[in-house]
Amino acid sequence: MTTFERHRFTPWLLLAPQLAIVAVFFFWPAAESLRQAFYVQDAFGLGERFVGLANFQRVMASAEYWQAMGVTALFSVLVAVGAMGLALLLAVLADRVMHGARLYRILLTWPYAIAPAVAGLLWMFMFDPVLGVLTHALAGFGIHWDAQLNPGQALLLVVIASIWQQMSYNFVFFLAGLQMIPASLLEAAAIDGASPFRRFVGITLPLLSPTAFFLLVMNSVYVLFETFATIDNTTLGGPGGATRTLVYKLYEDGFVARDLGSSSAQSVLLMVLVGALTFVQFRYLERRVQY
Amino acid sequence: MRLHHLFCYAALATLSLSSSAQAATTITWWHAMEGVLGEKVNEIADEFNASQDEYVVKPVYKGSYSDNLTATIAAFRANQAPAITQVFEVGTATMMNARGAIYPIHQLMEETDTPFDPDAFLPAVKSYYTSSDGQMLSMPFNSSTPVLYYNKDAFRKAGIETPPATWKAVGEAAHKLVESGASECGLTTAWPSWTQLENFSAIDDLPFATHANGFDGTDARLVFDKQEATVAHIQNLAEWQKSHAFEYGGRADSGTKRFQSGRCAMLTTSSASRAGIQEAAKGKFTFGIAPLPYDAKAVNQPRNSIIGGASLWVMRGHSDDVYRGVAKFLNFLSSPAIQADWASFTGYVPITTAAYQRLKSQGFYADNPGASVAIDQLTRGTPDDNGRGVRLGNMPQIRNIIAEQLEKAFNGDEPAAEALHEAARRGNQELAQFQQSVAH
Repeated sequence: MTTFERHRFTPWLLLAPQLAIVAVFFFWPAAESLRQAFYVQDAFGLGERFVGLANFQRVMASAEYWQAMGVTALFSVLVAVGAMGLALLLAVLADRVMHGARLYRILLTWPYAIAPAVAGLLWMFMFDPVLGVLTHALAGFGIHWDAQLNPGQALLLVVIASIWQQMSYNFVFFLAGLQMIPASLLEAAAIDGASPFRRFVGITLPLLSPTAFFLLVMNSVYVLFETFATIDNTTLGGPGGATRTLVYKLYEDGFVARDLGSSSAQSVLLMVLVGALTFVQFRYLERRVQY
Repeated sequence: MRLHHLFCYAALATLSLSSSAQAATTITWWHAMEGVLGEKVNEIADEFNASQDEYVVKPVYKGSYSDNLTATIAAFRANQAPAITQVFEVGTATMMNARGAIYPIHQLMEETDTPFDPDAFLPAVKSYYTSSDGQMLSMPFNSSTPVLYYNKDAFRKAGIETPPATWKAVGEAAHKLVESGASECGLTTAWPSWTQLENFSAIDDLPFATHANGFDGTDARLVFDKQEATVAHIQNLAEWQKSHAFEYGGRADSGTKRFQSGRCAMLTTSSASRAGIQEAAKGKFTFGIAPLPYDAKAVNQPRNSIIGGASLWVMRGHSDDVYRGVAKFLNFLSSPAIQADWASFTGYVPITTAAYQRLKSQGFYADNPGASVAIDQLTRGTPDDNGRGVRLGNMPQIRNIIAEQLEKAFNGDEPAAEALHEAARRGNQELAQFQQSVAH
């Protein structure tokens, strides 16, 4: 106790670098965008005018914003369910592998090491409407693939690319979660005559719930923010806005249209949305998690 | 011996001091010319640097046009702007309205006593970078215009003798090409808004936006959706899309590869793509270049097309010494020798009459059939209000919106009239927002 009292400033000193980073890279820009959300400004910052809530009204009144909201919701659910479902399946299978387990695990973890922009490019090349290898393969099955014009195919393309990226991350955590489950529990259940499926539903799943909950939060954040590069390298938000998520719209308005007021308002709204989502997840879903 | 060394160091130190006092002034030039074009830019800078020892021009490649504009704006806001920056034509209105950020070229030339004659530039080029009060604000550098590229082998196979001059003939040729099996697809396009709306409007003498397409003020609004011929043209393309007579190839220049791969037999894109297409077609097929088609129902004679490409803007915040160097360099850059070399190498059009004459007398156009199509098309007739160009605020975003709405027309989601109407409505919101942001 006395040690702590004598070192009143040391903890702050030790925390300082981290606090400085958070202040410079988070609080400062966040405060700046909060301020800009209430102004209309030209691109060069030569002049600005206070407009109150006009930027927010403009955003809320635009049909494209709500379209982007819908796209984001659908995209998030598809990617989160797909990436977590597939990862769980692969983790369960990899957990049972006897020979070459390490190799499987490395291969399944690999995609996560690829930058989203590179992943986007890879998928773009494979599904290119003219030169794509997979486009030609699909043509063999009589499927005309043109994600540049077909909204459903474009969404499918970014969903597949995003799932492929995020699956590895989920896989690592699910596998670790599976290996934490005491073998004795499963053996006892087996002796009692529980089928493999019953064991999975009754023992494995409940014990994995903390991992699953953590991954759900992480996947939501991933889908909302980090899929930008994938979209920018494949569909550019098109065709007709079919793959334009909230973050992509924010980028278009801020960096293509250079409408700082609108994009700041959107970033504030996005911050509120993500905050609310995380709150709901912790408030309602976490109660069902068994630690 | 020690003492001798010491003397040497002292002498060296004095020497380096004096040389740094006389060191050349550095002029940074941010640009968006990638690959071989970037190398050519470096070559031009080297040539200038070797020609004198007062200034050193340092070209820096900053990514795409859009990346460079973003970087320039960010740098200006941090008081770190480059002396010269290259801005694409659709960013012109943004730059022109940033009065406190730019050093207008006519003023720079006047204040540094550098000879400068705006009339040396081609009229279509000069007018694009001239403000409504008749002053030239930026230095034209690389200008291009869209033309029609066609696959001669496929045309021969389909039994078509000459490249189509009108859109009606394009439709007939495209269907013939596909039906005869000469190619899988008839026509595709790069830069959909630029070729199919902006230049379609100019060539067929139709307004794209009010107030001379934005040349006369920031209160201009889009009206392409109210032109019967424009709507009919997009509707035709949407119909052709169903039978592959036309294939939408995506935004920016991604449609080019449908032509380069031999899939589509016709392509509308920039004259500056000639070198790239030549490279890709080598050993695969022969191609020709023809003027961008016109709509015979809208005009009797096609009007001039309008330019794309980029110009060089001088940014505020540097010393008089730097500006003297900038003026000297820009003067060097627009000399006939440099311009003729740049144009013949790249496929951009020569931007000055002198450079054009020089290329002509060197026999460049005789040796390179098709190379003169762009310049002839750009200079035919006198540009009227529909033909000076499109200079609107937020134009990069408006092009995105147009592409998005064209996609809806081409995939059959919406009839052309509806899609274009929505494009104009959303585009006009962008224009209103721009007008509001620069009015202070």
